[in-house]
Order: sequence, then structure tokens, then C-alpha cells
Amino acid sequence: MSYAVDEKGFYGEFGGAFIPEMLYPNVEELRTKYLEISSQPEFIKEFNDLLRYYVGRPTPLYFAKNLSLKYNTKIYLKREDLNHTGAHKVNNTIGQILLAERMGKKRIIAETGAGQHGVATATVCALKGLQCIVYMGEVDIARQAPNVARMKMLGAEVRPAKSGSKTLKDATNEAIRDWIGNPEDTFYIIGSVVGPHPYPDMVARFQSVISEEIKKQLQDQIGREYPEYLLACVGGGSNAAGTFYHYLDDLRVQLFMAEAAGHGVDTDKSAATSILGTSGIIHGSRTLLMQTEDGQIIEPHSISAGLDYPGIGPLHAHLLKMGRAKSFPITDKEAVDASFMLSRIEGIIPALESAHALSILEKYTFSKDEVVVINLSGRGDKDLDTYMQYLDKY
Amino acid sequence: MELKSEKFENIFSGKNHLLSIYITAGYPKLNDTVPTLIALEKCGIDFVEIGMPYSDPMADGTTIQQSSEKAIKNGMTLKILFAQLTEARKHVSIPFVYMGYLNQLMQFGLEKFCIECNKAEIDALIIPDLPMDVYEKEYKELFDRYKLGLSFLISPQSGEKRIKQADRLSFPFIYQVSSNSITGAKSEIKDSQKDYFKRIDKMNLDKPKMIGFGISNRETYNQAIERAQGAIIGSAFIKAVTEPGILEENIERFVKTIR
Repeated sequence: MSYAVDEKGFYGEFGGAFIPEMLYPNVEELRTKYLEISSQPEFIKEFNDLLRYYVGRPTPLYFAKNLSLKYNTKIYLKREDLNHTGAHKVNNTIGQILLAERMGKKRIIAETGAGQHGVATATVCALKGLQCIVYMGEVDIARQAPNVARMKMLGAEVRPAKSGSKTLKDATNEAIRDWIGNPEDTFYIIGSVVGPHPYPDMVARFQSVISEEIKKQLQDQIGREYPEYLLACVGGGSNAAGTFYHYLDDLRVQLFMAEAAGHGVDTDKSAATSILGTSGIIHGSRTLLMQTEDGQIIEPHSISAGLDYPGIGPLHAHLLKMGRAKSFPITDKEAVDASFMLSRIEGIIPALESAHALSILEKYTFSKDEVVVINLSGRGDKDLDTYMQYLDKY
Repeated sequence: MELKSEKFENIFSGKNHLLSIYITAGYPKLNDTVPTLIALEKCGIDFVEIGMPYSDPMADGTTIQQSSEKAIKNGMTLKILFAQLTEARKHVSIPFVYMGYLNQLMQFGLEKFCIECNKAEIDALIIPDLPMDVYEKEYKELFDRYKLGLSFLISPQSGEKRIKQADRLSFPFIYQVSSNSITGAKSEIKDSQKDYFKRIDKMNLDKPKMIGFGISNRETYNQAIERAQGAIIGSAFIKAVTEPGILEENIERFVKTIR
């Protein structure tokens, strides 16, 4: 069975493009061009060159000896935290900016929650000399000041989203509204595998460089190209999509997703969409999302701004529904525990998002000879303010 | 199946140009929906577009977003809306067009939604994020069974093929969005918009056209109806009922400024 998107943009019952007519021409233009442009040899060459020389790829696949000893299994960390700008997000923004450039777009818009995607977008816009406007919830602007400053230093304009709950979902709404008003010269760089088709598929393809490298690196290091387990955190799901991509049809590999449980899935402060969500539509995609009985979208909670999203990509909703992937809810506290644990035994400070994936090690017992690859999607520098509050507790 | 609506046939076959008003249900106060509808009929409005407030209205500007947030805070739900409309039907006979986003219908249950629409004598639907091809494949049969037509949107960016598809699928009218924009009052119609109104008008579409988005006053209304059967005013009306004072008086005063 295949988990690829079908030609209408669906993964089983999930996906599609549920958008108002005013957006249809923009999305349709992208849909008809993204595969054609991104498969041209000169596109591939520039994409690969930028990933190699500008971003610093391939990122290492690191055998974490101390971590492996602690959990009595074989753990490899995919070091996406070592990318330029500090996370996997830039793989996607490089791909989309090359598309935008070839489609003749002069004005780039993006949404951001924690600011990582905003920084990655501002970075590639600076590189290509394109105008950049990043929508960010007013609440997030206040709590992610360093990333706001980075975006501004890179020349981007940061526009506060003042509607609704003033966080990521509202920043996304504002970016969509901007796109409706600027259909001709503007390209919308979405940061995750969410939104209307073709975004989930396009973003997954650009992020799939992660699993492509894992295959080669495992072959070199252990003599076979697959692990028993792949672990990644899921907010919208772009780093997980990239980690799983080349293994989706390889049933020897189990796919584990860590979701942000916040204060716990039995509280009203959570972002564990696969447990608390029901089928519906968010940002133009039919998928699982957290909502009231009356279909109003709920503002989630997570200590990690990157996982603080009330939906989940349609690919992930499909993987869960088909039983291909398994989800683990990880609380705020468990994630912070994992961050300090990794820092102390491997000398790596992970992003709070990635710490959720590490926490699966506490929830599931892997055998001694099994190979577990964990995507360390980002570095923890941006979370130091949060970590500092816990310094005396560990 | 051919949809028919005597009510709409009557208003569209008349000589006069139509004026429709968009209201946010449950705004400014939860129980203002019924008196608003009564007042609008009394002022001679031809039909009402009743907006079910949504937490994430993608196609709407600040005014409708804020009215929606307030209405949700007021406690507005679909269940309450249907109760209000059933009550309103004791006094009001002009057509009701329900406007809401698809997610709310999915949660409420599609068939249950249709049954409630029939009970409240809702005449047609606008679901801005339901694409035409998905409608045809998954929803049309059900909506047809309950005699609920959908009015699809067209915009200045819509190609000829899309416009013809909207003309074929829409009932009772085509919702012509006046510019590349989200909802929100604008004070004037630009020349490029007038060209677009003319271009669409010359296509001689089968279904009547109602122009909406950015229609806010007598001048913009008059410019819209030169090239369409009527126009819909939303944000400017929401602003008018946000003003302090007596609801019915605010409504009457606003409608008088239009025609």
C-alpha cells in the first residue's frame, strides 16, 4: 500500500484544498507548477548546492553512545539542529524560495509560531533579495523576542496577528488573508505539512532530504539502510514527514510520533491532536484538529511554541488512521526532563520540540539490538529562557 | 435535479435591483438575531445572508472577525441559531441565506444540518471554503435532497471555465466578489473593478449575480447594481449595529443611507 498523496491532494480521507474561490487561482498555479519546476535539473542542482554549502548538509547521523547505554538499545540522532538557522525548517524554505523565484514572485509571506520558520524564511529572502513579511501572533511576538529580532535583522517585516487567540493559527489566517489580497506577485511559504494541497506534499518532499540522508548514513554505519524505529515530534508535522518519507512503505520500520500533551491529555491545556482531535477542516485541509462540539477551533497549549498547533498534517492523520504510525503524548514536564537529560549525558541542548521525541525513550522499551533513529529537529538556544527557569531543579 | 425557489424567482424576476444584508448571528447580543431579521424585512431588504460566527473565518476582514468573536463569546451555537431562525420565521418571510464555514457543518452533522435548515426555512447556503468539485462529488446529492441550493463565489482572478462552472452549480445566484480581497468596507469602487463588473456582466450568465465584499454605501451599491442584479452589504452594516443606541433605529438609519 502506498502512503503518497493522490492526484486530488488526498491521503485517504484527509487532505484536499478547502479554500475560498479567491485563493483558488494562487493554489492552482502552485499545484500545476511545483512538481514540474522542482524536478528540473537546474532546480535540483541549486537546491542541493544550497543545502550543502549554505545550510551545511548532510547533517550528521550520530551514534549516541551514552544515550544508548542508558536505554539499553542503539540510538542514533539525526542532527537537524546543526543546520544553518538551527532547525530543519530551512530545508523547506530553500525549496520554496527557489520555486517562488522561478514563478516570478517578488513578495514573500509566511506565518510563524515560535519564530523558527519565520527566521528560516527571512534568511532565504535575504539570500535572494526578496521582500519578506512574516505574520506572527501578538502573543508569540511577546514571548519569542530573540527570533523577532533575528527576523528584523535579516530585513523582514514582522506583522502582528491580532485576531482570535493571537498565536500560530491566527498568524496562518492572517497570511492566508494577505494572499487573497495579493494574488499576483505574492508567494506564501507555509512552514509545515499543513494547509491546502499541494503544500503538505510539497513541504514533505523538500524535507525528505532528511530520510534520504538517514538511509545512506545507516548503510555506511551499520551496513543496512533501515532502522527498526524512527522517532520524531509532531506539531504540524514537517520534521516527522521528512524523517519518515523514504520509509513510509517500508514496513520493517516503525514510525513513532511525539505529540505535545501540555499539562496532560486529560486537562484543557494540551496540544495532543491525535488523541483530542476530531476530523474537520483547518487552514484548507481536511484532517484531525482540536475543536469544540460546535466546530470552533480550540487554542491548544504546549510549552513548546513549535508544537502549539491545533491541527496535524493530513499525511500524519492518515498514517495514524491506517495504523502505520503510533502517537505518544508527552507532557511539558517530560519534555523538559528529556532536554536536561540529553544536555547532561551527550552535551547536546535540544529544542523543546525535539525533546518531546526523546521522551519516547521513557515510554517504550526498545530491545538491545534494535536501531532507533531520533530526529533532533532543532537546537535549544531559542528555548534558553524556558530552560533557565528549571536550572535549579535538575 | 433542478432546484426551484418561488421566493427567489419572485425577487429576481422583479424589475428592481436587490439589496441584501449580511448579519453576524448572535451579534451584537446573543438574542439580537430575531429583532435584526424583523427590522431588516421591515426596511425592505430583499433577502438576508445570515452568518454563523466561526473562530477562524479565512475570507473575512477585521470587522466580521471581531463580530464573530463577540458572537461566539455571547454563546452563539448552531443549535441556538436554528432555534432563533425558527422563531424569526413566525414574523419574517424574506429569504434566508445561511453563510458559514464547512467545518461547522461537519461537526454538526451534514444531514442533521440540512433537516434543521428545512425546519427554519433556510432558502440557500453559502459555504465559502467548500470547493465546487468536492461539492459535486460529495455534497450535492444530499443538499439537493433537502432542496438547498449553494451560491458559489467568483473573483476577479477566476478564469472563464471556473465562472461557467460556478454558473452551472450555483443556486439561486452567483456571489460575485468585488475585488481580490477579504470582506471589509471600502469607500470606493476602482476603475479596474468596474471593468471586471462589465466583463462578467457581458458573459450573460444563466444565474443572477449578487456583488459583495467592499460594498459599503449608496455610491458603491449603485455602482455594483449597474452590472448585477443586486449587491450584498456586510461589514458596513456590522459597524452600524455596533454603534450605541437602539438596534432597530440603527438598522433603519443604515438602510436609508443605501436606498
